[in-house]
Amino acid sequence: MMEAIRCKDLTKIYPEVTAVDHLNLSVAQGELFALLGVNGAGKSTTVKMLATLTAPTSGDAFLNGKSIVHDRAAVKAMIALSPQETAVAPNLTVSENLALMAGVCGFSRNLAARKAEEVAKIFGLQPQLSRRAGKLSGGWQRRLSLAMALISEPEILFLDEPTLGLDVLARSELWDAIRALKGHVTVILTTHYMEEAEALSDRIGIMRSGKLLTVGTLSEIKEQTGCDKLEDAFIRIVRGGETA
Amino acid sequence: MRRLSAFCARVAKEILRDPLTLAFGLGFPVVLMLLLSAIQSNIPVELFEIAHLTPGIATFGLSFLTLFSSLLIAKDRKSALLQRLYTTPMTARDFILGYTLPMLPIAILQTVVCYLLALILGLSPTPYLLFALVAAIPNAWFYISLGLLFGSALNDKQVGGVCGTLLTNLSAWLSGTWFDLELVGGAFRKIAYALPFVHAVEWARAAQIGAWSAALPHLWWVLGYSLAVTCGAVVLFLRQMRRI
Repeated sequence: MMEAIRCKDLTKIYPEVTAVDHLNLSVAQGELFALLGVNGAGKSTTVKMLATLTAPTSGDAFLNGKSIVHDRAAVKAMIALSPQETAVAPNLTVSENLALMAGVCGFSRNLAARKAEEVAKIFGLQPQLSRRAGKLSGGWQRRLSLAMALISEPEILFLDEPTLGLDVLARSELWDAIRALKGHVTVILTTHYMEEAEALSDRIGIMRSGKLLTVGTLSEIKEQTGCDKLEDAFIRIVRGGETA
Repeated sequence: MRRLSAFCARVAKEILRDPLTLAFGLGFPVVLMLLLSAIQSNIPVELFEIAHLTPGIATFGLSFLTLFSSLLIAKDRKSALLQRLYTTPMTARDFILGYTLPMLPIAILQTVVCYLLALILGLSPTPYLLFALVAAIPNAWFYISLGLLFGSALNDKQVGGVCGTLLTNLSAWLSGTWFDLELVGGAFRKIAYALPFVHAVEWARAAQIGAWSAALPHLWWVLGYSLAVTCGAVVLFLRQMRRI
């Protein structure tokens, strides 16, 4: 198994709370790993540290061998993030948003335009290319947000609550797009939706109060807790405080 | 360089496509010039003679650059677009220059529009008028860096109050454009001359007629304030980058 992410005692302490507490985790290349947890569990802080947005208080993590503490530029060159909130430039068209992301990742103008076309095709964004991003529906904005994350061809992709607030249809369409990444892009997905983790992930990690309580495949977690549903298993683990 | 140019293009598009830019950046100074020129034609006042008025209005128009720039930065921070961009290989230098450089051509455009209107309203065409465009650059630098500073420190609602109301009023009242500061005298005059607004107007007035010895003392004030504000803006921008 080629390792894409390795966290070694990754810790983030804020003045009043320990958001992530000595996290040790390994994610394989091409794996889709879901991080579950209630609000304040430390999922988003973990993603922020791995995506170099915030520095760990102690510990380190290695993305394809590069340290998030000592080699941030190399890490940034291989990752992309689709944040929890929709992150698009509202007065730019869909096509310009895609070209912007390709441009800031250093692609030439021609290559940026070609990549924008390719990604738009994958995400079915072609009919919307000339529309301003701020005028799109929530579902289309999320889809664009994901496409913007993928245009730089990242080796590791962080999806922070990618389907939050979407209707069933839009969510299902976005799931298809995420599924298509499996095997060639390493994806870390944080979500509150159990069915999302069930439908998409190869393995699942459950966090509470900054600690990783358990890690395993869906069937392993169900077996470990004796529950048929992930939701029941999640509640049992979080309430019981089982540790990995 | 490609990263910076992609980001500059985005900033320029966001600002130029915002109706606020046209309404306040170009429309408001034009309306003011027409209005004050109409007053001048009915009740002649030396202060509102077109040669005296134009540098004041052109400089006042630049104060809206602070509003445009700070509003864009504050909205970017709120929408998580910056969070996404911070995970790309873009550096702090790319961001700071990217938010600053696209504003300079807009400043020049504002100044050109003011002087074209002034020529229509009776300003004598002289080669020195080209210096008025040069004079706009340090003044624009001051207002643009102020935008970076406020955009890094305040949220979009606060920016509206501070830059849209407070700064434009300060910029107008303490600039000597609308009334002669010598007539008010006392502490008001002292405060006005301790701030950069009146110096920016006096510098533009002197540059417009090529009176360099009179212009330079005012230029030093503007450059000094611009440098101080730029340093503060860079510190605040870097701080908010780390606070994600």
